[in-house]
Formats: sequence, C-alpha cells, structure tokens
Amino acid sequence: MPLIATPQSMFFEAPLALQSGASIRAYHLAYETYGTLNADKSNAVLICHALNASHHVAGVYPGQDKSEGWWDNMIGPGKAVDTNRFFVIGVNNLGSCFGSTGPMHAHPDTGEIYGANFPVVTVEDWVDAQARLLDTLGIQTLAAVMGGSLGGMQALSWALRYPERVAHAVVVASAPNLTAENIAFNEVARRAIVTDPDFHGGHYYKHGVVPQRGLRIARMIGHITYLSDDVMNEKFGRQLREAVTHNATGYRYSTQDVEFQIESYLRYQGDKFSEYFDANTYLLITRALDYFDPARTLGGDLTAALAQAACKFLLVSFTTDWRFSPARSREMVRALLDNKRDVSYAEIDAPHGHDAFLLNDARYMNVVGSYFDNIARTLTMGGPA
Amino acid sequence: MSEHVNMHAIARLVPEGARVLDLGCGDGALLDYLQTHRGCTGYGVEIDDVNIQACIKRGVNVLQLNLDEGLTMFADQSFDVVLQIDTLQHLRNAEVMLRETVRVGRTGILAFPNFAHWPNRLSILTGSMPVTKRLPYQWYDTPNIRVGTYADFAQLATQNHLKIIDSFGLQEGQEVRGWPNLMAGTAVFKLKG
Repeated sequence: MPLIATPQSMFFEAPLALQSGASIRAYHLAYETYGTLNADKSNAVLICHALNASHHVAGVYPGQDKSEGWWDNMIGPGKAVDTNRFFVIGVNNLGSCFGSTGPMHAHPDTGEIYGANFPVVTVEDWVDAQARLLDTLGIQTLAAVMGGSLGGMQALSWALRYPERVAHAVVVASAPNLTAENIAFNEVARRAIVTDPDFHGGHYYKHGVVPQRGLRIARMIGHITYLSDDVMNEKFGRQLREAVTHNATGYRYSTQDVEFQIESYLRYQGDKFSEYFDANTYLLITRALDYFDPARTLGGDLTAALAQAACKFLLVSFTTDWRFSPARSREMVRALLDNKRDVSYAEIDAPHGHDAFLLNDARYMNVVGSYFDNIARTLTMGGPA
Repeated sequence: MSEHVNMHAIARLVPEGARVLDLGCGDGALLDYLQTHRGCTGYGVEIDDVNIQACIKRGVNVLQLNLDEGLTMFADQSFDVVLQIDTLQHLRNAEVMLRETVRVGRTGILAFPNFAHWPNRLSILTGSMPVTKRLPYQWYDTPNIRVGTYADFAQLATQNHLKIIDSFGLQEGQEVRGWPNLMAGTAVFKLKG
C-alpha cells in the first residue's frame, strides 16, 4: 500500500516582512504532511525543497502514474525518514510555481498578475513563511529540519533564525553561500530567460506566451552542473543519436542537427522543464540561491554566523558534486566545530555529482536513516511517542 | 578503536568531562563509553562508511575525513584529548599526524601494536614475520603499513620534542610497566606538545 499524498493549502492574510524591505500579504502556501503528529507535537520534521521541487515530497497521488514525491526514496513508511515515527511536512516556497503564491498569481490589492513585480524572496523569507505555517499547525519545535542543495540552505537558516525551534538540522549537498562560479552559472541561466523575446520583461502571461527557449537553455546549463563528468561519459560518452551510414565516422556533418546523445538528452530535459516551470520563478529561486550568505553581515565570518545555532547537525556531501562540493560542506563543519556544536559529517563517495542527493545510494540512505533512528530514540525517551 | 586495546585501560587516561577527538574512532564504542561514563564530549574521525553509520546510529558525533589529508579542519589546542587508538599503524603520514595530534589536543593518547613484543621477536628469529592475535595478518595483506616498537615510538616522540607524560604497555588488558618493549603487545603513550 503506497503512501497517499494529499496536497493542502493554507492562506495567510497578514503581511510577511521580507529581507528586501518589501512585504507580501494574502498569500497561500501549498503543503503536504505524512505520518501522525504525536501527542506532545515533538516528532515533526520539515523538508525544504530545492530549485525545481515542491511540497510533494513523498507518496503518490491516487490514480496518477509516476506521481511519487521528489524525495520518496528517502521519506515514507519504513524509509530513512520513517513516516511511521515522524510527522513529515513538505512546503512549497513563496514565489514557486507549484501551488504556493508566485509570480503567476494576482496581487491582492491591484488584482494584476505579479509577473516581474513579485517581490524578491530570500532563503530567510522562506524560512519565516515556513515558521508561520508551523505556528498555524501548532508545532513549536521541529525534531528535524532537512533539505538538500538550496533546501539545505533553508535547513541551515532555520538553525540560525529559530535556534530554539529546531532540535536537529540535516544539511545535504549544500553550501554556506554560492561561489562566484556558481553565481555565474545562475546568471547565464537568467540571461537566457530574460533575453528570450517571449519574456516581455517578465510580463509574458498577458501576452499569452512563455519564454520557453530561455527556460530550455537555463535547464540545460543547470543540468550539466548537476551531473559529473564521469557519469555523463558513462551514460552518453560520444555516442551519436543516430549514426549515418554514408560517412565512415557516422557523422552528419551538420552544425544544427542533434548529433550526439548528450545533446538529445539535454534538449529533452530542457523541453520537459520549459513545459511546466515558470520563468519568473526560475529567476527568483536562482536569486535566492545567490543571495544566501549568513556570514555576509559578519564580514564573512562563518564561525560567528553559526554561533547562533543551538541544534545538532548532520551534514552530507558527495565526492563528485562540483556544484556544491564537499569542501563547502567542510567549511560548515569547521564553523560548527569552532562553536563546539554537535555535528556529524558523511562524505559519500558517489559518482553522480550534485544529483546524488536525490538518488538511491545505500550508504547515503543508511547514514540519514541511522541519524533519524537516533532522533526517534531520543523522542521515545523524552516523552510519549 | 580495536578490540585488541582494552577500552577501560584507555578510558582511565581520559579526564572526566574532557573534550575528545578520536582519530580513527571505528564504530564509536570508545567515545560512546567516554560520553556515558566519563561525561566527555567530542567527535570521532573515520573514513569507513560502515563505521560512520555505526557511530551515527549510537549518537556519537563522527566526521568522515581522510586522516592522510591531515587535521586542517581542527583549530590549535581545541581538544583536551586527541586519541589515536590503533590508528598510527595505518597512516602514511604518521609523523605529521603525531605533531598534528598535539597541535589540536592539549594531550595526545596513542596506542598501537608493539612489534618488539617477545613473541614477534621469536617469530622474526625463526625467519618469519609474526602472525599473532595482536598482529593477525600475513605480511602480504596487512593493513598495518607502519610497524614500529614501543622503543621506536619513544624515540620519535623525543625527536619531535614531545613530552611523554606517561607510557606503558598493555597486555591482556593489564598495564605492563616493567620491560614494556619486550613484555607487551600494545604500546600506550600519553603526550604533550
């Protein structure tokens, strides 16, 4: 019997003050929950999503093929994050395009579609919005907050903004900020979108078009950086999509046809993405990635920044992840050590690059599973489960 | 932590409430013991995936790092005690790691198989590398890339200007203070930088 997921939505009338100085009010947050909240409300686990994911973290929608949540291999009954023991919450972030209020929705005062006028949101803003959702659900303290990549940044931010509300933070394949190279990749993706003639300064909805070309290219660039050189070579190598017989090389000698399998794969990924993802959301979320830097106002001193954290940490990185490399996770470990915080760190020797955080790897699953086993044990000791 | 080194014999050397870094902490049993029975806090360092999982499962902080890359993660004198229990013999950079141990820790405690234990000497006299309970491997498949003696280590420590606070042998879980280089399968050193 698979876990059945039921999307829900919560409305927030009161304005939420944003890092930029702007605010947003009368917004919805889409979320899902799995498992049962225990009597003392101590077993809640919040899952934070990365760039192109949503509140649909685990389980399936009845009657829908391939509707598994994006972290269904990690979260569910008997899985590493066991929904028989934990009450797991997935939330779609503000500005996203999967149900929570975003650029494709109307401004509550003007009734106009936000489009490019949707306020710039940050990791901190998302965390504040998530905290409000938990307030309404009556959850004061999280047994754990967990996320990968940009989701890991939210988990870290939770530990800093609400230290008294988090017992454990699980930060996977993440970083304390983006490097210049990483911002550069985001900027290329954004330029691809913004320079698409169908972008219309972000107000493409009223023109009845979508900047799909830009989105495709943005996705292609992103996808390259989520994989490793090795895994790409293993999967595609120099294979041609369809070798011609009239040349010994099999090449078409064309500059514009799809020649190599990798091209075909990237185009397919780009096409698929451009069908469902919103261009303004892409701009907003990549900007949130760029802006995240909890040490920025402390002269770059990460140790000083992480002094705010009171929870225990598990950090996980993957050896072939060059977009969020192990070195970046080690910086966070080091800062936590300097603050004498409880931290465990696993560096999984996986070939799949950044994508590894979404894939099945027994060592990875076991590390996270063991960590949550231990949390469950302390919950049982601390009171009624 | 190897089953060959008596956990209690090592734990006795660690002060109550100490902040401990255990290099090559294995499944975390020693740190678990120190946390539970001696009120210690700290971290283990391990490279092996299975050991990492075992530590996490028992609630021991563990960091997956390769000791051959040094201890750059750790600040000077940031631990009361740094342990290297049955770790030294696996390290390529054993001498660097010895200096690192006393840089990071106010005290270093090391334990390793003593190659000069008399059964090993006998074995060499008969022309063969020893295969014993303490050194159970054949010469061609041993993970122990450094074989040294109690006396050798004392000399290495002196050479590196380290102060030996205490040293003794361990045999069958008992301290050996008379002729440890000859009479004990395990050498134990407590050092300061």
